[in-house]
Amino acid sequence: MDYLDELESKSIYIIREAYKQYRNIAMLWSIGKDSTSLLWLCRKAFYGKIPFPVVHLDTSYKFREIYEFRDKYAKQWALNLIVGKNEEALARGICPEKGKLQCCTELKTNCLKAVIAKNNFRALLLGIRRDEHGIRAKERYFSPRNIDFQWDYKNQPPELWDQFKGKQQEEQHLRIHPLLHWTEYDIWAYVLREKIPIVSLYFAKNGKRYRSIGCKTCCNPIESNADSVEKIVEELRTTEVAERSGRAQDKEQAYMMQKLRMLGYM
Amino acid sequence: MAVKEKEHMKIVIVGHVDHGKSTLIGRLFFDTGSLPEGKAEELKKTCEAMGRELEFGFLMDSLEEERDQAITIDTTQSFFKTDKRNYVIIDAPGHKEFIRNMVTGASLAEAAILIVDASEGVQEQTKRHAYILSLLGLKQVIVALNKMDLVQYKQEKFEAVKKEIHEFLDSIGVNPEFTIPISAKEGDNIAKKSENMPWYDGPTVLKSLDSFNMKKRQTGNALRFPVQDVYHIDGKRIIVGRIESGKMAVGEPLLLLPNNSETAVKSIEVFLKPGMKKAVAGHSIGITTADPLFVDRGNVFCSKQGQPSMSNELKANLFWMSKQPIKLNERLTLKCATQQVGCIVKEIKKRYNSSSLELLEENAEQLNETEVGEVVIRADKPVVFDDFNQIQETGRFVLERGLDTVAGGIITK
Repeated sequence: MDYLDELESKSIYIIREAYKQYRNIAMLWSIGKDSTSLLWLCRKAFYGKIPFPVVHLDTSYKFREIYEFRDKYAKQWALNLIVGKNEEALARGICPEKGKLQCCTELKTNCLKAVIAKNNFRALLLGIRRDEHGIRAKERYFSPRNIDFQWDYKNQPPELWDQFKGKQQEEQHLRIHPLLHWTEYDIWAYVLREKIPIVSLYFAKNGKRYRSIGCKTCCNPIESNADSVEKIVEELRTTEVAERSGRAQDKEQAYMMQKLRMLGYM
Repeated sequence: MAVKEKEHMKIVIVGHVDHGKSTLIGRLFFDTGSLPEGKAEELKKTCEAMGRELEFGFLMDSLEEERDQAITIDTTQSFFKTDKRNYVIIDAPGHKEFIRNMVTGASLAEAAILIVDASEGVQEQTKRHAYILSLLGLKQVIVALNKMDLVQYKQEKFEAVKKEIHEFLDSIGVNPEFTIPISAKEGDNIAKKSENMPWYDGPTVLKSLDSFNMKKRQTGNALRFPVQDVYHIDGKRIIVGRIESGKMAVGEPLLLLPNNSETAVKSIEVFLKPGMKKAVAGHSIGITTADPLFVDRGNVFCSKQGQPSMSNELKANLFWMSKQPIKLNERLTLKCATQQVGCIVKEIKKRYNSSSLELLEENAEQLNETEVGEVVIRADKPVVFDDFNQIQETGRFVLERGLDTVAGGIITK
């Protein structure tokens, strides 16, 4: 077993634990590299037949490539795809120009709340990683959120030896993070090894590529000539630039990420 | 610097408050050139403006503050790299109030640095943290005797504190591979060999870390394959789980406990890898068996040689982590690998202070937060287990009360 095998096996173990413990679960798929890798691991865990829905939160501001990729692989991998969309907020004209925090809250957080309530999901699988962002270093693999989605990170019970929380309060749901121990580099090395299909936005065109993707309106590409997975892996060996540096959420307002988390954003 | 295979070793730095953890971390980042861009300059300026020498403690404090306030910080900041590999420092707070976070962090680590102030010697949290390292079965341990600059780099002082800490570590079964005199503040014996201590001829902290091995699972031990779940896929009944110890090959005989039924491996099932013939510890796989057995989560497949113990009763060392004490005969849930069973602690033979390891009481009625007990647990059903010193993965367990994990335990027989 090499180190990617170890990472993979641990994630598959966690995914299988999540399904065994909570049964009524779903996976959030943003179509980015992390959640697409998570989806790949779910396919591996269940021999190509994922026994729970895959949720995409559609803000309507996503890139065209994201929608195309989603529809292609949802079909090819026979996914039970749920697309969540806050039509009511969109009808009210919510958009990033009128305030990014409100836009994320309405189109992502509130949208997710509605999807959870409608389907009565008890746990959600998310592709976050510990190295992504400072606050994520404090995450557990199995992390409870209360009815308002709040995360009490100062008062978490211990989590050790792959023994995860098996019970929850009625009003709680759990965020489960099978990729917590992976780094950005690991993800790309794994994508390369497994030949996981990845949305084309990550690959350089005319000297620019996206390193992290979200909504079209709030993402900026980085300078790069890496137009293949191999070249991205090589680029990451040497870079000093933080992964999410192109994301408006993090940059524009220092506390925005924390506020979003308190409000239940992923 | 190009690292061929970017393996990441997870390390944890533990020790008493103010013994220099953050200074050491800052120094490791600085000396390996792993600081986020602009951080070193910013720090130098701040220190100059305050009319002080460069202090790495400030750096960590500022990063820590940022982290607590959740301001964006560079992803590189909790990593440093050497020519050999990358290191990840796992968040493991030192204060007693954060013991649950410390245990969570340290349980993920592959190696540990226990830092001790050479001028103060062994203190309360030094011992408690060392005990937790032993509880977690961490074998790759460095003892760093810090602040040697404050004791004029004297060998006698080093030897005296070294003796003190080694005596304690011996008593709890921790055998550090290296004991290094350092000054994190001045950079002695961190990345560079110190010219201030010519009497020390051992390796530096970085050299010692580089000599450690990535945690490998015990493939040489007897097979333990705890059943996680059973799937029905395309007419096949696939028993899934992770091999916790040993290895498995198609055709080899298997013993299923606690039922005591025998069968053989018919196939090893891994998605997109048809016809796999064998698998080793650490691998999450599925199997089909030669005979139709009744199999459920929590059952354990074993090799016929080197069988585990099986009993309703087990002896263990228990580390209590909840504010609300444990009382005798209270209903709890025991989780060992994938086994989950109701239980009570029926005897607390001895109750210890986990810091001093002072015996507080014999035949106690309760255990308080951060105390350790030598206990006898009675489970509702037979549990399949090993001695922690033989096979860690099936020799350790957690206890749950209500919704939360409240204790970690290692099985002594």
